[in-house]
Parts: sequence; C-alpha cells; structure tokens
Amino acid sequence: MKKLLVLSTALTAVSFAAQADVTVMSWGGAYTKSQVEAYHKPFTAATGINVISVDSDNPAPQIKTQVEAGNVSIDVGDVEYADAIRLCDEGMLEPIGMDVLPAGADGTPAADDFLPGAVTDCAVSTIVFSTVYGYDNTKFPDAKPTTMADFFDTTKFPGKRGLRKGAKANLEMALMADGVPAADVYATLGTPEGVDRAFAKLDTIKSDVIWWEAGAQPPQLLADGEVMMSTAYNGRLFAAAVAEGKPFTTVWDGQVYEYDLFVIPKGAPNKDAAMEFVKFATSTQALADQAAWIAYGPARKSSGALVGMYNDGKTEMAPYMPTSAANLGNALASSYEFWVDHDGELNDRFNAWLASN
Amino acid sequence: MADLAANDPVLLTTSDGRPLQEALAQAQSKAKWRAFMLVAPLLAFILITFVSPIVQVLHQSVYNPKFSENMPQISAWFDQNPNGTEPDEAAYTALVADLVAAGAAKTVAVAGERVNYEMPGTRSLFTKAGREAKKLQPPFMESLTKLDENWASPELWGVMRRVSHAYTGDFYLAAVDLERSPTGSIQQVPENERVYVNLFVRTFALSAAITFMCLLIGYPVAFLLAALPMRYASLLMIMVLLPFWTSLLVRTTAWMVLLQGQGVVNSLLVWAGIIAEDQRLVMINNLMGTMIAMTHILLPFMILPLYSVMKPIPPSYVRAARSLGATSWTAFRRVYLPQTIPGIGAGGLLVFILSVGYYITPALVGGASGQLISNLIAFHVNKSNNWSLAAALATILLASILLLYWLYDKLVGIDKLKLG
Repeated sequence: MKKLLVLSTALTAVSFAAQADVTVMSWGGAYTKSQVEAYHKPFTAATGINVISVDSDNPAPQIKTQVEAGNVSIDVGDVEYADAIRLCDEGMLEPIGMDVLPAGADGTPAADDFLPGAVTDCAVSTIVFSTVYGYDNTKFPDAKPTTMADFFDTTKFPGKRGLRKGAKANLEMALMADGVPAADVYATLGTPEGVDRAFAKLDTIKSDVIWWEAGAQPPQLLADGEVMMSTAYNGRLFAAAVAEGKPFTTVWDGQVYEYDLFVIPKGAPNKDAAMEFVKFATSTQALADQAAWIAYGPARKSSGALVGMYNDGKTEMAPYMPTSAANLGNALASSYEFWVDHDGELNDRFNAWLASN
Repeated sequence: MADLAANDPVLLTTSDGRPLQEALAQAQSKAKWRAFMLVAPLLAFILITFVSPIVQVLHQSVYNPKFSENMPQISAWFDQNPNGTEPDEAAYTALVADLVAAGAAKTVAVAGERVNYEMPGTRSLFTKAGREAKKLQPPFMESLTKLDENWASPELWGVMRRVSHAYTGDFYLAAVDLERSPTGSIQQVPENERVYVNLFVRTFALSAAITFMCLLIGYPVAFLLAALPMRYASLLMIMVLLPFWTSLLVRTTAWMVLLQGQGVVNSLLVWAGIIAEDQRLVMINNLMGTMIAMTHILLPFMILPLYSVMKPIPPSYVRAARSLGATSWTAFRRVYLPQTIPGIGAGGLLVFILSVGYYITPALVGGASGQLISNLIAFHVNKSNNWSLAAALATILLASILLLYWLYDKLVGIDKLKLG
C-alpha cells in the first residue's frame, strides 16, 4: 500500500512536470479572447499543456521589470515591435529565430512565408494591427468624419475625443492631421520643430481629450457616450461593431499599423513549453483561425489565403483588415527604428505636456 | 558616621551573599532579554518587510550602476583621467573594448539607456556600435567616429563621464526638474519638460483640500455619532463602516458610474430640468473627479478618530457652559472644540498622509489634470523602467511627509494624537 502511495505520488509529480502550464501575457479583452480561441484552446487540445492567460495594458514593461528583478512568472508575452527590438537588445528575451519556426501549410519555408521583417532574433509576429479612430454613427446624423484632420477639428465636429495615454501613434496622427504626408511623418518627428508641431496640434484638442490606457476602454467610452470619437485598436472597434452590434464606424484615413509579436522572456519558468506554444500559435492554421475572431491581419502569407468569414459565418473579414488595399490609402507603417530611440524622451515630454495646464 | 559611610559604604548583599546591585542587574537583564525575545519576531518582520525595502529604495535613488557595470574599462579611464581631459586613443580603445564585450553580452543597450536618460537619442548610438564594434580596426578614435560622428561629441563624453559613477545625485535633480548643463552647472530643464515640481505642488494642495473637505463633512457626522442614542448611533456607524469595508476599486468604479457625462448624477440633473442636455457637467476625468472620489474614500479615516475623541466628552461640560451664560457658538468654540483637537489632528494627519500617496483613484478618475505624483512614480516603475528616478521621487515624498510629521509634533505635539 505504502509503495503504491509513493508510486502514485511520484507519477503525479511527473505528470505535473510534463504538463507545466504556459503563462501567456497579452492585452486583454476581445484580443485575448481571439488568442484563446485560436491558439490556447487548440494548443491545449493538441499537447495537453494548459495555457494560463494574464491581461495587461502593455506586457513589455512588465517583462522588463520581471527579468531585471530576476523573478519571471510569464512564459510568453505579446508585445509591440519597438518593444520587442528593445527588449532583445537588452538581453531580456530568449532567442527564437526563423529556423525553429515551422514551414507554411503550403510548404513555403518560414523565411519566405512570414511578411518582411515579421520575425526578429527574439520575436515572432502573429498579426498586423492598427491604431485607427472610430465614432458612434448615431451621434453624427449629418456630416460624418472621414479624415484624420476631422478628428482634430472640434469646431466642425464638437465633442470629447479619446486618445491613448502615451506619445506613440498620437504624435504621428497629429502630424498627419496637420497636413504632413504619411511618408514624411518620421522625418518630421525626428526634428525638434516637428515634435513641437505635433504637440501644438495635440494642444488644439487637449481640453477635450479623455485618455485611455487599456485597449478595451475606447469601445466602452464610445458606447457610454463619454467621447464622440476615439482612437482605438482596429480589432477592438471591429469586435464591438460586429460581435456586439454597436453602431461604430472605423475611419481608416491616417491609420498607424504595425506588427504585434510573441516573445519569451529570459528565464521563463517553462521555456520549452513556451517555445512549443509560440511555434504552434504562429503556424499557418492558428494565424488564419485568429482572423475569424478579430480583425487583425495574419503575419504569414500562407494564412492570408485561409482567412474567410468571421465566426458568425456571414461577415467577410477582408474589408476590416488594416492591410486591405482599400484601407491603405493614407496609412503609416509605425517605425520601430524611431520609437526604439525616442520612446523615453518623447514620453517624458508627453507626461510634462499632459501635466501642464 | 557620615564620614564612615563615605569611606567604606556598607555593601548591601542578597541572602546568598551576592552584591545586591549585581543580582538586580542580572535579574533585570534576564527580564529585558525575555521581553526582547517576545518582540523579536515582530521586529524582524518589520525590518524585513518595511525597513529594508525603504532602505533599498533610498539606495536605488542615488545608485545606478547600469553604465559602470557594463562599461568597466571606459569607466576606469574616466577615474584615472581628471575632468577636462580630452579623450585620447587610450580612451577610445577602452570604449571600443567595452562596446565589443557589452555587445556580445547583450548589455550594451542597458548602458546606452543610462546615457539616454541624460542625453536623449543616444540609445541607438550604443546598440548600433554594440553590433558593429567587433569589426572596427585601430586606430579606434578614427574608426569609431567614422561609424557615427556623434561619438566625438564633447557633450556625449561629458555625460559618459558623469554616468560612469554608480553613485549619483542626478536623479534627485531630475526629480525637481533640474539638469546639468554640458558645462556641469545645474540649470532648470526646458519649460516644456518641467513636470515634477508642478505635480508635487498639486499633490500637496489637493491633499490639503481633501483633508479640509473630510473635516468639514466628517466633524458633524462624528458629532452625531457621539451624541445620538445607541440604537441610532450604531445604525449610523454601520453606514460609515460599510463603505470602509468595501473594496477601494468598487467604490472608485461606483463613482465613475455616478459622475460620468451620461452618468446617474448628470442624468438626474437633466431629468429634473436643472441643466440642459448639452450642459452636462464634467465631473470626472479631471481634478474634481479625483477630489470627490478621494474625499469619500478617505472620510472614515477622519470620522473614526473624531468619534473616538468625542465619545468620552461629557455632555455636561457644554451644558455647564450654557448655564453660565455662553452662547451655543461660544460654548462650542471655547469648550467643545478644544477637547476634540487631538481627534482633528489625528484624522487630519491620517487623511493627508494617505492622500499624498494615493494612486489608484487618481489613475482611474483623475484624467490628465487629476494626476498626482504617485501616478508618475508608478509610470517610472511600470512603464519607463527608470527605477532610480521613481526612487528619488518617492524619497522626496517620504521626506516631505516626515517633515510634516515633525512640524505637527512641534506645533500640536504628537502625544496629543489620538487614533482610536
């Protein structure tokens, strides 16, 4: 009997070790839900490894804090491009690399299958997302805002605006609204005059802005009528409009799009399982599946062909994707080179600007 | 007799012949030791969980080894050569050797970030050099500046010299909106980058206002609590305590629902015809939202100490004053109020100190104008990862609270504090 007890205890211990849970930190709300449906559940079904999902306003600083403190509790983090580069530069991430990634479902090697720049030394892109602005249709019975300039025009369209509390994307949008062509935005922002110009444009709506931090907030602010228009991640607006039937319209003019990537923090407690998870989640099928849950474009070419309908079975996804030709008319690819360098400085300036009256 | 006692004092002994003084000291030391052992676990707990983190934060505010640890050779060169020495080939050789080593260890960006705090835009200079340095050929002064001419900038060398010392007061300068100019003198940062002094002022002003509001609302409530018959008083007490027991987040979120543009208060006002539909009041995401929510949340900390002071005051004192001809105002001012001063002091100090460090409520309902210094500390801990600056800000906050406590002790006397 005693022997049996010892044996069963040992077996349980072994099976626990084999099934170490993978903890994935992502951005919460509709986005995390799409990941749970497309990555986590199929991954658990295929491998028996549980996936725990943790929400955050931005996982990157938390990864850095945890690695610096030597107390890492997350295995996989979902971060923006500039953050992925920066964390990798600082030695805070496990290398992943193109060679471990599976080929596309059509047999294309990973190196050719991923979109250009989508895989870095330490990070693998899952999706292309975009910061756009949206409004509640019912609040604009007559003229409707159509351009980025309209967002900053409170005379033509009075009312509160929602903006993300941070420098990134806001400064670019301010410049585009001020008439800077998308192609020249980062060259302009690289000069002190350009930065002044962006803040001057933000000044014109400052007293009307409600600042949001979590991606789930803007649709809520719009639904509550707290703001007339708000910048938001395009997938969140899509989820509110299509899945919840809110009368929201997305304005694609002046959108700022970039990759979102999976990274593995250095010292992740379940590194091997995390690596398996990243490989699984960035496979052709998983990426295509995710597009059935949220309007973010998959980072693999081979997934693009498999993207069809939203999970309600009747909404065509293509018009909602940031990368659709129709939405790219006046669009800006976020520059990680710029933000890796200027993030600290511009956020300091932004905080000072925010705190001054 | 007196002479005799002075020259040869009678030695008092215990019954077993030991000197009394010695026996007493021994017995007392045993008792003291036992008493110390009783409090030792608590003492250890406080040392580990309270004192040591505070000391660590204090240390972090003046200690940042990110550059000196990762770039040891150039740091050594700075130590050997006095300020003002032009960087020579030896300096560049040391710098390139550090860049190669740090580039391989992936720590070059960490060192670059430290320089970037002082001189924005230099981070990529370091990461780029970290990638390329191993390909450079001597003479390094030439090849490194060819890689990027910014490496020859005297300002950069000035900054590197400063950050090569792990111990620095620079973060305290930054915390009060000051910086060092390229020549080393201390100057204010450009006007559009000043943030912390304003926020400190706002934090203290808002905390004072909240303390005053709490006193204004809390005093009558506490009086009522102390004066009412027991059955009503306990009902009222529950109404004070119930929000006190409710989660802070729940209460803050409740205020969001009440105060927002389409919220309960505004809708009621519109429904009652007091304001028009397009005149809805802006009561949240600004200073007012922070003020209302924090006053409500901190109210019990004012009421409870006041109540505990008011309860034992015999009603006969005021009655006696009235019977001697005092008006009710004089009786209150001269007899009742002075007896509640310890409660006002305790409540005021509690509310003020709590609100100075408040973080969640301003973050949720404060918008941009209702942000306090604690929100910036949180920003530097969680987002920008500049822990040294966060530590410096926190230390200034702690020091000013200690100063306030000292002032209170001087003016009112801490022995008069009555917390409950």
